[in-house]
Amino acid sequence: MNLLEILSYGFIQRALLAGTLIALLCSVLGVFLVLRRLSLIGDGLAHVTFGSTAIALALKLYSAMSLLVSAPIVMLASLGILKLSEKGRLSGDAAIGLVSALGISTGIILASVGGGYNVDLLSYLFGNILSIRSEEVVIAALLCAGVMLMLTLYYHELFAISFSDELAKVSGIRTSYINAVLVLLTALSVVLAMKLVGVMLISSMLIVPAAAALQLARGFKVCIVLAALQGCSSVIIGIIISIMTNLPASASIVMVNLLFFAVACAVRRIIYSKNSN
Amino acid sequence: MPDPIVTTELLSCSYREGRVLEDISFQVTRGDYVGIVGPNGSGKSTLIKALLGLVTIGTGSVTLFGTPLSSFRDWHKVGYLPQSLHLVNPVFPATVHETVGLGLLSLKRFPKRLNRADNEKINTILFELGILDLKLKLIGELSGGQLQRVLLARAIVNEPELLVLDEPTAALDPETRGRFYAMVSDINRSRGVTILLVTHDSGAIGEHASKMLYLDKKLLFYGSFDQFCHSPEMSSLFGEHSQHLICHRH
Repeated sequence: MNLLEILSYGFIQRALLAGTLIALLCSVLGVFLVLRRLSLIGDGLAHVTFGSTAIALALKLYSAMSLLVSAPIVMLASLGILKLSEKGRLSGDAAIGLVSALGISTGIILASVGGGYNVDLLSYLFGNILSIRSEEVVIAALLCAGVMLMLTLYYHELFAISFSDELAKVSGIRTSYINAVLVLLTALSVVLAMKLVGVMLISSMLIVPAAAALQLARGFKVCIVLAALQGCSSVIIGIIISIMTNLPASASIVMVNLLFFAVACAVRRIIYSKNSN
Repeated sequence: MPDPIVTTELLSCSYREGRVLEDISFQVTRGDYVGIVGPNGSGKSTLIKALLGLVTIGTGSVTLFGTPLSSFRDWHKVGYLPQSLHLVNPVFPATVHETVGLGLLSLKRFPKRLNRADNEKINTILFELGILDLKLKLIGELSGGQLQRVLLARAIVNEPELLVLDEPTAALDPETRGRFYAMVSDINRSRGVTILLVTHDSGAIGEHASKMLYLDKKLLFYGSFDQFCHSPEMSSLFGEHSQHLICHRH
């Protein structure tokens, strides 16, 4: 099967479009999360998404409709993580671990007591971008537009809190509010990304493009652009590889992302060794 | 009538370990250069943070520019420079230009945007502090002295009326430290900016500050430099030798 033939299939076009949009969101948000040392929040929220999807399936709400249940639950969980780390005398990673445990255990309990839907639920563990439906693409596009608009409007505030919470406060920025905006946008993106790469690999969509961009970027805006380019290209290349080799799409996307990271590290090493000579 | 910039009344703060500040009352007026000194753990940094709303105040009050801290919104009037080593993540990908630009956000309304005039302002302040050539460098690539000047540029680019510095020279060598203090003195004299400086460097206080605030959980002394030099209470507190060293600007 050649490339043009692959691209002519509707399900692949849908996967490429939705995947690129979700990758764009995750990689841009990932830069702020990695710099704020909240990298693992994606993992925690993915576990909550798993639990909330179990609730949706128990209520017989499938695919796009399950988002209506998952999105508010995961958004609440993201605010819970924030509150626990701010007021609960817990570090950010402990708060993430706590909420994550609640999410995954809810999912497992519902899967074990549920009837026939536990097979559907388990498919969310690894994602299946190639089965994405037209209405899910539309939802992804709408949410992507909303999240990108918010990121554009709050760009400088997000930049400021990522640099230093203390300095941002003394610049009159309402840091608690901006932190809440950041985790809520992350929650929405995680709910969307679960279909793409599944619970197990979601945090790599958030962390790896940002981590690679940090190796090479000379400037904050440049870092965001590099992360976005890497995230989107990984999805496109990953999906094509998966079709051509019959490998799972989610794992292929993550492996391409990791390859980009390795290349970024190597390039950085070469640049530094040249500069030091 | 002097213009009050910072006023505290019976300010107290506590952490879990106990009380850190106790009944602190003082007033800083426009154009003052106040050096805040005291032993380790005396509450100097907590005092600064309480004045800026960065820690919760137990009892008492803080007023900035005549407005109670809880309703103070004119943050563009305040510049803040914390200890840089604690502040900067060495892998943070911001350039010097981008970092200094953050100082202008207090002047902006939502949605905050920097325009060409702001870029000019950033370039001007970088030029004035002699670091324009570092403009495109990443902050993680700077030496301690360069980083401190960049953070000072960030703190004053919005032309604040009050500049608060918390042990800004802790990580600097003596020569760079001297240059940094001279720069801060110049900002105080030429721009009329009120300075609050926390430092362990009592020699610098003697050389540059117009007032001293000596803190050890309680306020033990607040007054002009001359008053400090002629205070028998301070002689007994510091020892005559140390008081002599500070007063004669060694």
